[in-house]
Amino acid sequence: MNGLPNTIVKLMVRNHSGAMSHITGLFSRRGFNLEGILCAPVEGGADSVMYLLVRNDERLEQIVKQVQKLYDVKSVSVQDDLDHTVFNRIEQLLNEP
Amino acid sequence: MQWNGASLLIELLKRQGIRIVSGIPGGANLPLYDALGQSDLRHILVRHEQAGGFLAQGMARSTGAAAACFATSGPGAVNLMTAIADAKLDSVPIVAVTGQVSSALIGTDAFQEVDTYGMSIPITKHNFLVRTVAELLDVVPEAFRIALSGRQGPVLVDMPKDVQQGRIDLDAFPDPGVADPVAEADGAVLASMARMIAAAERPLLYVGGGVVASGAEEEVRALSALCGIPVVSTLMGLGIMAMEDPLNLGMIGMHGSRATNLAVDRADLLIALGVRFDDRATGSIAGFAPRARVIHLDIDEAEIGKIRRPDISTGCDVKRALRRLNKLVARAPREAWKAEIATLRREHPFETPEDESHPANLVKRIASLAPKECIVTVDVGQHQMWAAQWWPVRRTRSFLTSGGLGTMGFSVPAAMGAALANPGTPVVVLTGDGSLLINIQELATIAENQLDIKICVFNNGSLGLVRQQQELFYGGRYVASRFVARPDYAAIARGFGIPGCTIRIPHDETALARAFAIKGPALIDIELSESENVYPMVPPGKSNVEAIVAGKGKS
Repeated sequence: MNGLPNTIVKLMVRNHSGAMSHITGLFSRRGFNLEGILCAPVEGGADSVMYLLVRNDERLEQIVKQVQKLYDVKSVSVQDDLDHTVFNRIEQLLNEP
Repeated sequence: MQWNGASLLIELLKRQGIRIVSGIPGGANLPLYDALGQSDLRHILVRHEQAGGFLAQGMARSTGAAAACFATSGPGAVNLMTAIADAKLDSVPIVAVTGQVSSALIGTDAFQEVDTYGMSIPITKHNFLVRTVAELLDVVPEAFRIALSGRQGPVLVDMPKDVQQGRIDLDAFPDPGVADPVAEADGAVLASMARMIAAAERPLLYVGGGVVASGAEEEVRALSALCGIPVVSTLMGLGIMAMEDPLNLGMIGMHGSRATNLAVDRADLLIALGVRFDDRATGSIAGFAPRARVIHLDIDEAEIGKIRRPDISTGCDVKRALRRLNKLVARAPREAWKAEIATLRREHPFETPEDESHPANLVKRIASLAPKECIVTVDVGQHQMWAAQWWPVRRTRSFLTSGGLGTMGFSVPAAMGAALANPGTPVVVLTGDGSLLINIQELATIAENQLDIKICVFNNGSLGLVRQQQELFYGGRYVASRFVARPDYAAIARGFGIPGCTIRIPHDETALARAFAIKGPALIDIELSESENVYPMVPPGKSNVEAIVAGKGKS
């Protein structure tokens, strides 16, 4: 871990209408913090890549383990080295009048 | 050959080995029931969908095989949710198939429409909304594979009416879904564990439902015997150790015996097998086994480190891991530790009260009258804890209880499932007057199917465990925990067509024996004192060593 307050968890997810509910539902039900989500279809729409901005604390390991158990999640990785600015740029976009 | 979605679903269930399905028909699953009626699947019509879910659980918990239940859309599906959530918390493999309004109507607030898929996400291991008939060929085997693989659990399949009616031409069927191969433990980790066990002076095995699911009872007993390691059990682990085994210390936790909880406190090594460090078992986690290093084996990797960080662990099947571990450990008598435990048990004896009419003695009396090979299902509350303390659990899968969710109303429908899945095995229900009322409508199902179930009602005219907590922790202010109306349960049973009797003196052994001699189902309403408490009791949030014992306050 790099000591930053937030880190990014990257998921490869089966792309169907219920997948997002499964993931966001897991975060709310287990009381995990979720600061931001970026999601886009890949593989011709069969899968989605999801970037989750989460707090980099002692619960991160548990988040990864629980997300891994979801049927629609094909892979999980913590992207310590990933630039958070992608989320910052979205924030800017959202704050534009 | 041409099939419709409904007949295909029934065929796929049969290919999964399903012979009995519980449920209630309704508008959105009528095609399913039409197909069911033309098959040789046996259907048990329950009187509330929750009971259908618990019936399936009773089959699954008593046999280890996956079981199935049906409900219609809307209220049917919502009624089923409690039983599904219960299966999730106790890792019980059931597959629930719910009817749904036709695809074109989904999202329109159609009659009896509810978002079953959305509602069931947090309480299932996984769920499916079937969109085409062809999808069933993947979804049904997948549902069973998921329910049975790794840490088992409930799966829900929501099936719109047009999918049930849709047609498909088929020549071949997919293979039935079976459990995935189990994860093997890391050999180096097992070797380290063996060294830790050898080095420990006060090791303790802490076993739970995962050992039962894995079928590792023999391996646990062997490890305990070989290395002289006493065993403490969770509620879900009762029956893993032989009752008479001197190394069996019984249940830990909120209502565990003082000696058992103190043994955990003194242990220098805790070998946690198929357990999840539930708060009812551990008490305040900071004060749980504070002197112990921890070895944790569990098939669900996410349980490892969730509550207590182990010193060494591996996500694996407990049975296979123990088979290998048992070859790596050396025989050790551990006489000093055994003597220390014996002293603890002498200093903190755990015996039933002298008062013959005490509910704990009633549990023992019922156990002595019930056939030894019987399956007992218990409900939730004081009687559940007296049963956990005093019922002689002779084997696993013979003591069925709602451990994680603690659902009152569990015992009667679960008993129906146990009776159906184990023909010839008598079933005994221990319930309270609070719990009984929650699924009392199922007396109709029992009568209809003449299931051999003896229902023993521990009738104390109150929600006993609530009343106890109000007495101990809320200044004796009894709010909504005492029943003013006292129904005549024996008469109610007779109204359903089941013999019923009332026993006014709890230690009237003759009356109890007479009731147990009745062939087939019977309800036995036993009047008990309203003021008995379950002891010991660890106050919620306190450490297990801070238990309140009978008549003494905190010790």
